[in-house]
Amino acid sequence: MTATPNDCMNWMEIGVLAEIPPLGGRYVETPRGQIALLRNEADELFAVENRCPHRGGPLSEGYVSGRIVFCPLHNWQIDLSKGEALPPDVGCVKTYPVKVEAGRIFLSLDAKS
Amino acid sequence: MASKAKLVLIGNGMAGIRTLEELLKMAPGAFEITVFGAEPHPNYNRILLSPVLSGEMRLEDTILNDWDWYHDHGINLQAGRKIVQIDRARRRVIAADGIEAAYDRLLIATGSNPFLLPIPGRDLPGVVAYRDISDVEQMLAASAKGGRAVVIGGGLLGLEAANGLLSRGMDVSVVHLHPWLMERQLDQVGGALLQKALAQRGMRFYLPKQTEAVLGETHVTGLRFRDGEEIPADLVVMAVGIRPNIELAKAAGIHCERGIVVNDTMQTYDPRIYAVGECVQHRGQTYGLVAPLFEQAKVAANHLAAYGRMRYEGSITSTKLKVTGIDLFSAGDFTGGPEVEEITLLDGTYGVYKKVVLKDNKVVGSVLYGDTSIGPWLFQLLRENHDIGEIRAHLLFGETHLGDAGHAGHDQAASLPDSAEICGCNGVCKGTIVQAIREQGLFTLEEVRQQTKASSSCGSCTGLVEQLLASTLGGVYDQSPKKKPLCGCTDLTHDEVREAIVAEKLLSARQVFEYLNWNHPGGCATCRPAVNYYVRTAWPAEGLDDPQMHFINERAHANIQKDGTYSVVPRIYGGVTSPAELRRIAEVAERFQVPMVKFTGGQRLDLLGVKKEDLPAIWATLGMPSGHAYGKSLRTVKTCVGTEFCRFGTQDSTRMGIELERALEGMWAPHKVKLAASGCPRNCAESTVKDVGVIGVDSGWEIYIGGNGGMKVRAADLLCKVKTNAEAIEITKAFLQLYRQEAHYLERTAPWVERVGLEHIKVRVVDDPTNRRRLAEALDFALAQERDPWAAAIEGHLDVHAEPLARVAP
Repeated sequence: MTATPNDCMNWMEIGVLAEIPPLGGRYVETPRGQIALLRNEADELFAVENRCPHRGGPLSEGYVSGRIVFCPLHNWQIDLSKGEALPPDVGCVKTYPVKVEAGRIFLSLDAKS
Repeated sequence: MASKAKLVLIGNGMAGIRTLEELLKMAPGAFEITVFGAEPHPNYNRILLSPVLSGEMRLEDTILNDWDWYHDHGINLQAGRKIVQIDRARRRVIAADGIEAAYDRLLIATGSNPFLLPIPGRDLPGVVAYRDISDVEQMLAASAKGGRAVVIGGGLLGLEAANGLLSRGMDVSVVHLHPWLMERQLDQVGGALLQKALAQRGMRFYLPKQTEAVLGETHVTGLRFRDGEEIPADLVVMAVGIRPNIELAKAAGIHCERGIVVNDTMQTYDPRIYAVGECVQHRGQTYGLVAPLFEQAKVAANHLAAYGRMRYEGSITSTKLKVTGIDLFSAGDFTGGPEVEEITLLDGTYGVYKKVVLKDNKVVGSVLYGDTSIGPWLFQLLRENHDIGEIRAHLLFGETHLGDAGHAGHDQAASLPDSAEICGCNGVCKGTIVQAIREQGLFTLEEVRQQTKASSSCGSCTGLVEQLLASTLGGVYDQSPKKKPLCGCTDLTHDEVREAIVAEKLLSARQVFEYLNWNHPGGCATCRPAVNYYVRTAWPAEGLDDPQMHFINERAHANIQKDGTYSVVPRIYGGVTSPAELRRIAEVAERFQVPMVKFTGGQRLDLLGVKKEDLPAIWATLGMPSGHAYGKSLRTVKTCVGTEFCRFGTQDSTRMGIELERALEGMWAPHKVKLAASGCPRNCAESTVKDVGVIGVDSGWEIYIGGNGGMKVRAADLLCKVKTNAEAIEITKAFLQLYRQEAHYLERTAPWVERVGLEHIKVRVVDDPTNRRRLAEALDFALAQERDPWAAAIEGHLDVHAEPLARVAP
């Protein structure tokens, strides 16, 4: 496990970026429930609670485009950087810190929001 | 850092500001923007002035962009400053008070001026035009004192003004030069009905009458007509037409005719200067309705943003009069002529008049009075150049009478109560939609979908929502732009994207997004599966089928359920199974604790509530191919027992169903495709509500196409009769291949058949055996590239990501 000096977060290595298809996602089972890992066309990676605030749809199965994921159940759009549903819908999901180093993915369960 | 390019907009109205809104969406921050507006208001919705005048709305409700909007977008708004000169050499605009602003790009959106009759007395106090907020304020002030109002001009604006003043309690007369009202939108019969209805409300008419002078010394007292007759008046409203406001452009030496002449990119003869809106003349046409102006705005913004892709190609417009209680609709060319035919219905007692003008079996124009419920539908037929050959006899009664249309979208939305549910999927009521249209200034179906969610799911209420838009906005609303973009990521239509994929040999969806400058490089939920489909149909062998472009169902090869579990439907050809298969299905259901086993509507077995992790093991245990119950693809062929056991059967429909299912297995399509084979005309397999249905008759098979039993019921059309199974299969293949090549993604065969017409299909599939064979072979080639996805997953050629990426221990 790697950690930068000014980095007091509890990082866990959970896999490699190549296992997550670009414009798509996977999920991780954790003690805090399922967390979706979503990768966009610019290879940015986001980690959010794997439950749409609407009816609990698995966001890991949605379309990812830019910083948006489209929930597969009813097409709610969630802004991944803020964890908030786009208007007119209202709702939010927890977001988690995630980083990629040398193709390896590190996740922290210290929820950002 | 180099300073930003400067964009100056002259004209703070709907067309100009809409262009800025589009530009800010496409290229935010590309320009330092300054807006000059002669009126001391932020951008407001001029079309809503009529409801303001009649007291149905307040002035503040018409504001589209408030002061904050300009501030929030860093736009320097100079409201109340009229530009008097464009100095093209120095690239500056100069306002009346001497203020100047420099530009790199200039956008002229000066709109139009009301035309004032060149007659004596027109400058007297008490004579007003009907164009802007100050005109309305003057009329409201005058109407507060009561008295007699005379409106000169019996066109759209004049009648709306007259109606407003009438409802404000004035005694109102309308003077019109033409023998009947609204001659640009109505024929004589329609005009007479309208006049009768308005007269019943107390409006008086003088027509045809030419006004010679406005009478009065210090204030208007009356009018004199050319024939010498004089009538009294305390207020005169001149609403005889508008003229493009081109003085400024003309003085600057920019080429003008009736309007400022622009090309298809909305550029004037000076390449630094663009123009949009009512001041513009494009391909000889000027426009006074909002929908075309918004199309222009989009094109101008596209070029200002240096995308350089869109062209404006002119608009077809429709009109609706915003006078409460009077239903009037007109669109296209209704004047008649030697090559056109007319279908009319006139009911003088009920005040209903309908006229549809046809040319070569296509709608080219229509006038509706009294009952306009079929207006949006007729307009759609007109815009889409729809062949109406088969529906001609019912044309005047609307879409509801076509076949067995299930729930008709074209009821009178206007008469529904606010609490009526419009969108059943998302639970959106009429009141919510109307309120959103008014308060948030929505103009398009897309905007209503975004803001209210109505019509954003199954889409069966689209017609109703369009009607609400039309009845709330009146003439502003063009049911949908002539060119419907594929989605919000592009301005190109389905067909344009398709052509580009073929012409440029684009071999993956992401390549398409890049090559065609998609707004979002990752696309969206609408375009991703559509473009992927178009790539695959254009290039079945070389094209990349990108799993990430597919909806989850087609990536997991199972149908996602509301709780995130999946359903598994193995293929059972023709619905005929065996004890061995049933045993394996039962074993899977028990071993994997499948919560529900159910027969589907299409005679197959469905294992519901399956966990994603279990999918590969279930497929392996079943040892059966995928039933594709989750895909935009061939679903099932429903059968009856046929001659094998049934005492009425005339053909072996079970065998036929199995042969069809085997011949088409694995076929992906624009939407799901369902078939049926019935052994006799009793039609137990319900072949007449399927995409393709065959019905056994003594001499062979009848083939039906374009049926639908779902969202909107449609009885299938008889395509042809054949003698043998082989012929039936070849025709089915050819029909489905034509559908695959031509229909838009997510368009079922039923609406596609209605769009292109049965004749179009018969010519290609039935009448021309060479073309039929070519189509069938093209489908065979595409199918040859496919293999069963469940088998591929079991053998490790396809990763459906059934397992989580990791499990983190507590």
